[in-house]
Amino acid sequence: MDSVVLLQRQLVDYTAQLFNEGFLDDQFNQLQQLQDESNPDFVVEVVTLFFEDSERLLNELAKALEQQSIDYRKIDAHVHQLKGSSSSIGAQRVQKVCIAFRNYCEERNIEGCQKCLQQVKNEYSLVKTKLETLFKLEQQVLAAGGSIPWPM
Amino acid sequence: MATSNGSSTGTKITALVVDDDRVINAIHCKLLNKLGIENHVAANGKEVVDLHCSGKKFDLILMDRDMPIMNGIEYQSKVTEYSLLHGRQQRELRAMGVRSIIVGVSTRSIKQEIQEFMDSGLDDYQEKPLTSSKVISILHKINFVD
Repeated sequence: MDSVVLLQRQLVDYTAQLFNEGFLDDQFNQLQQLQDESNPDFVVEVVTLFFEDSERLLNELAKALEQQSIDYRKIDAHVHQLKGSSSSIGAQRVQKVCIAFRNYCEERNIEGCQKCLQQVKNEYSLVKTKLETLFKLEQQVLAAGGSIPWPM
Repeated sequence: MATSNGSSTGTKITALVVDDDRVINAIHCKLLNKLGIENHVAANGKEVVDLHCSGKKFDLILMDRDMPIMNGIEYQSKVTEYSLLHGRQQRELRAMGVRSIIVGVSTRSIKQEIQEFMDSGLDDYQEKPLTSSKVISILHKINFVD
């Protein structure tokens, strides 16, 4: 019994930290609210789609910025998509870098774009690690017989 | 929270979610699903036109403005063409109280772009991502729920 409470405490604290540090925003809460018994893995499924799509987009962006002649419209389209999907799961810091990225695209500023690509890769990597940790903590709570106390 | 099964014949409200981002589609579909709405997805405007040409009808279409193949605005004018061809059928459908409500969904928040979007024939506009309350406000607008 005690271990469940401890694990839940850990989960609540970790989640609060992610919100406080701006990794996640309220949209993530919206996702949690959509999850129910008929679809208990909804959040994990959607976030997994986000991971797959983001990785593809980041590869495309890296390729596009290596070209001799830069196609800023294509880059902008990719960043726009990344911005949309990151905002839809509440990955706030990724979304914020995308906004700056798009501005550099508009200015056709190659250095700015390259800097932003590095930044967005970092932010993506961070939020991915943190979400994976969050999901692991959730699994531990469930495995110990506890329930996920949402909203936190 | 009120959900509606539509008319007394128990038919569900049908919606078509149109976005090239599958993350958004998954979220919007789940949202609509929880409100008791039967939904389908399309990845672009062309798929929407094809669906309509094959005879499929939807009560509500949630359309992203920013799509690669045939963006939202081009689709609107195709819909108008289609309605003109099937004018009589549309009038009969309208007399029965049935019509597709088209709602634009986008991240664009510049007034001029929103106006352009609305002028192309939308019934409503909402900013991405959708939330239950936004969808419910749409449904209230079109009197599908009390």
